[in-house]
Amino acid sequence: MRSAFAQELADLAASDERVILLIGDIGNHMFDDYQEKFPSRFINCGIAEANMVSMAAGLAICGMRPFIYTFTAFDTARCFEQIRVDLCYQNLPVVILGLGGGLTYAPLGPTHYICEDIAILRSLPNMTVLCPGDAIEVRCSIKEAMKQNGPVYIRIGKKNEPVVHKETPEFQIGKAITCKSGNDVCIITTGTILPNALKARELLERKKISAQVVHFHTIKPLDLTTLSTVFSQFDLVVTLEEHSLIGGLGSAVAEWFVDNSTRRVKLLRLGTRDEFLYTTIHQNEARDLYGLSPEKIAEAIHVQYRKLH
Amino acid sequence: MTDSNLSSRIFKTKELEDISKRMRGEIVELSHTADAMHLGSSLSCVDIFVALYYGGCLNIDPKNPHSESRDRVILSKGHASMTFYTILADTGFFSKDLLKTFNKTGSHLTEHPNMGALPGIEATAGSLGHGLSMGLGMALAGQIRHLPFRVFVIMSDGECNEGSVWEAAMLAPAQKIENLVVIIDFNRWQATGRSEEIMALNPLKEKWESFGWSAYDVDGHDISSLIKSLSAIPDGSGKPVAIIAHTIKGKGVSFMEDDNNWHYRIPNAEEVKFAKEELGVL
Repeated sequence: MRSAFAQELADLAASDERVILLIGDIGNHMFDDYQEKFPSRFINCGIAEANMVSMAAGLAICGMRPFIYTFTAFDTARCFEQIRVDLCYQNLPVVILGLGGGLTYAPLGPTHYICEDIAILRSLPNMTVLCPGDAIEVRCSIKEAMKQNGPVYIRIGKKNEPVVHKETPEFQIGKAITCKSGNDVCIITTGTILPNALKARELLERKKISAQVVHFHTIKPLDLTTLSTVFSQFDLVVTLEEHSLIGGLGSAVAEWFVDNSTRRVKLLRLGTRDEFLYTTIHQNEARDLYGLSPEKIAEAIHVQYRKLH
Repeated sequence: MTDSNLSSRIFKTKELEDISKRMRGEIVELSHTADAMHLGSSLSCVDIFVALYYGGCLNIDPKNPHSESRDRVILSKGHASMTFYTILADTGFFSKDLLKTFNKTGSHLTEHPNMGALPGIEATAGSLGHGLSMGLGMALAGQIRHLPFRVFVIMSDGECNEGSVWEAAMLAPAQKIENLVVIIDFNRWQATGRSEEIMALNPLKEKWESFGWSAYDVDGHDISSLIKSLSAIPDGSGKPVAIIAHTIKGKGVSFMEDDNNWHYRIPNAEEVKFAKEELGVL
């Protein structure tokens, strides 16, 4: 995903001289090509995220289109107030690329992995929140973010994530993508956990449960049209995210559901628990721990489905 | 350069001092009528603003305030908005009548300034430690876009508590920025005490120098000295410039000077009268 970002940004910078990349001292050699082509539009801001965000605001006020890039734990939580005031309150077109959303960096500990970023960023007025599901969607997200007039947060993984889309999908901010159709249950998911949703769907198929998989690459603004359709068609809806159950996609859907749904629908929310991890653990192990591996997702849905039928 | 450009305006020192006195009277009255605090912090930076806006230091035309090549001024110590709004109205960015709406329901003249609310307000302020970083971004944009503007950021000494200030201070010289000026209204007080005691602020000039800036100590109430420092930007050193303006909180009104109670206190009608009498503007 990060390579897709680097390549897409280099393409974008070639066609739009307002594009400028600010990095927080990461991405060793990843931006060599970009840096060589556009040296004046590449700023290593050092390990100083608060300044980096406010500086991006200043650049945007004066006509540039800044992209900020570092670990998402650092360019969201650490500088939240700068994002809130300088980017959101001033409503400026700055794109924050968050590397390593969710449990990507679980082995590095809770200083580096983060499962609260969606919660805090979607609470901010004017902010758009995107969680692309694969490298192709990363490219789409960047292109679409450039069309926005306000701040955009793009949460990505790291590298070598499975590519879900065989070709570039129709990608529009605020418009969910139905990846697979189904009849019995609908899995609404977001971001890099999307491949696990698709694998879980295959496992459910073996148990004669037909699952639809809808990818909400945009968490804010939520695709209310798709939500209405899903909640009118299915008796069991599952939200799946590599994020805390507090404040993420599941929360956003539950908020909508409480306020708007007219049908009796069972909503099952899958995500990470309200806790930090204190011992070494790898991403897939951590996913499994929180019930986010394909097997555990399928099992949770199976149990819930049987309760209803 | 048009006649209405601030850089074309030339005044004698005595005239500038009179403008300062008049403005101080207006600001004291505004604090009273609008029920707004931060009067001491607003009075300490009046001469800095008069030097900037009336001293021919700025390439800004209030009649064309959105010109891409204009100099940018950021009030980073946003709590001194009364002074900022007063000088902007005084120099023609918007009608002086608007000042009457300050801090009233529905007004764009909020207690802390909002970017774009009115001409001349280049950035939102209120949370300290943001303005210098935004100013750095603006200065960088000017360099990249080959626009010859300068960026003037007015900060408080208490604001130097914020770590982000020093992040920006370290990055600006590394990026070889020379179109950026920080002016520190060093009135030696912050909300709850002496700024030199709450944090180890001194030696402030040497701090900025050690971070790679050209730094100057200036009497922040000597308008001629301020103009001299502010009119030579870039200063030829190839570095960003820090001007440590030594000021007195509550300057111009004897019973407010260096009394930190006036950080929050709002003058009553009688105190406004005494203040204006002292200033010779009653």
